[in-house]
Amino acid sequence: MTNDQGILVEGLVRTFKGDITAVAGIDLEVTPGEIYGFLGPNGAGKSTTVHMLTTLLPPTAGRARVAGYDVATHGADVRRNVGAALQEAALDAFLTGREHMDLQAGLNGLSKSERARRGTALLDRVGLTDAADRKVGGYSGGMKRRLDLAMALVHGPSILFLDEPTTGLDPQSRSALWDEVQRLATDEGVTVFLTTQYLEEADVLADRVGIIDRGHIVAEGTPAVLKREIGGDTVEAVPADPHDTDRAAAVLARFGEPAAHSPKGVAVRTRHGAEQLADIVRALDDEGVAVGSLQVHSPSLDDVFLAKTGRSLEGAGEAEADPGEPIPA
Amino acid sequence: MTSTLGQVGLIARRSARRTLRQPALIVPSIVFPLFLLAVNASGLSAATKIPGFPADSYLDFGITVCFMQGALFSSITAGTEIATDIGTGFLNRLQLTPLRRVAILVGQMTGATIVALLGAVTYLTVGVLAGVDVKSGIGGALVLVLYAVFTAVAFAGIGATLGARTGSAEAVQGVFPLMFTVFFLSSMNVPRNLIGVHWFRTVATWNPVSYLVEGMRSLVITGWDATALLRGLGVGVVILVLSFWAASRALATRMART
Repeated sequence: MTNDQGILVEGLVRTFKGDITAVAGIDLEVTPGEIYGFLGPNGAGKSTTVHMLTTLLPPTAGRARVAGYDVATHGADVRRNVGAALQEAALDAFLTGREHMDLQAGLNGLSKSERARRGTALLDRVGLTDAADRKVGGYSGGMKRRLDLAMALVHGPSILFLDEPTTGLDPQSRSALWDEVQRLATDEGVTVFLTTQYLEEADVLADRVGIIDRGHIVAEGTPAVLKREIGGDTVEAVPADPHDTDRAAAVLARFGEPAAHSPKGVAVRTRHGAEQLADIVRALDDEGVAVGSLQVHSPSLDDVFLAKTGRSLEGAGEAEADPGEPIPA
Repeated sequence: MTSTLGQVGLIARRSARRTLRQPALIVPSIVFPLFLLAVNASGLSAATKIPGFPADSYLDFGITVCFMQGALFSSITAGTEIATDIGTGFLNRLQLTPLRRVAILVGQMTGATIVALLGAVTYLTVGVLAGVDVKSGIGGALVLVLYAVFTAVAFAGIGATLGARTGSAEAVQGVFPLMFTVFFLSSMNVPRNLIGVHWFRTVATWNPVSYLVEGMRSLVITGWDATALLRGLGVGVVILVLSFWAASRALATRMART
């Protein structure tokens, strides 16, 4: 195994009591300064992977090196080099933002003066200067996430783990957090391992994406390459009369393979959707199918997930129970 | 890297801040025992007329109950605080730092110690104002407060064990009635030699709480009784060592970091 600055994972497995396999032998590599998006539905194994890579959970099998250190045998060295904002923004409602920073910095070995300086600078960077001396119990969800991020950065880690950092945030807070993550990677060269169940987040932020489903990585690459592998655009037609759905599907089938569609529509994936649009309209017209709406869209990561797993990412996790509190096997 | 003592200081400061910012945690632990003392002192005053009762005033005899209940509240506080940190994920945050397990355990006891100290000083002050005569004098009163805090910390170890093992504040609080019962099956309300029911006297004799109570009580109603004091402190040390050992084990299981 090489890659002494980023993350290198080989055959990583984690099982829990009851024969539950949360992570089923994954391989991945994240290069220094890269933003790696780990995309998957609830219960896919994202958080378990993060817990293993941040040393909070021993792997059942396989190996992982983070910042050049084996997570199973050199936990303390790994922790010194990583920062993590885990799924729940674990904060103390009775402490202020500044007190949180002081505690985290102190436990990471910073001197008193350095703690104050670093804490103030990071609170300022995440836009919490005005709220720094207020108790966290009164913070909004976005403020808590930003404080969580600031705490993860207090000891200057070279690798940052963000476990679903924007879940539950409003669009404005989400966008602000994306900007900060992007800046960290671009300006400071921080390697970011980001788990998310939001397609847009992975698409916007990640240099490369790994898609995990039921403990297996089913696809990996840059968002552009993954989407290109799917091939072509999706053309979706919604018949004006719902009774015409089957006839519309038959017409569209002449132009490509069936694709994911909205509940009232039919869709096909075609090589050149925009160019074929006129032909599709003419064919539908010839069959006497009145169209309520017609859309062409480029492949999304959801299409990639659908192609690899046969299911749509949206809501794919609902049927799968999260193992919840890790119970060592 | 911050020294273990430095880490204890950081965790202790957080624990103190948390506790002092939650009046709901402190006030009941002070008011409830004093309320019970008032009820007992008026309702059980006739007990002092029983031949062989060791005090002339039930207030002198019963004030020890407050200190023991304070210990119980401290135990619940310690357990609830650790369980809350597990439930909210704060323990995971701490685990990601170079923090040592012993620093978490010792530092987290600060909140429970504050609850115990505030309680002990208040019980004694209110008791003296109400007429309690501490036979061992001012020095004895000081030892009484320290003894009460020491007992509370020993029981806080039991709370911490429950908190670390279950990870549930509700589960810790659910044990409160059981511990309350154990406390009452001791010589807390009646001297052992005056317990008429055989099984009750046997249970009270085997119950270590009796010896803690008797050591503490001796400072108020007897004066300086080395035997009672040392026996009580000995029992306290055993409870302290066992409870902290169990809490450390439970925390080690909970903190599975590599």
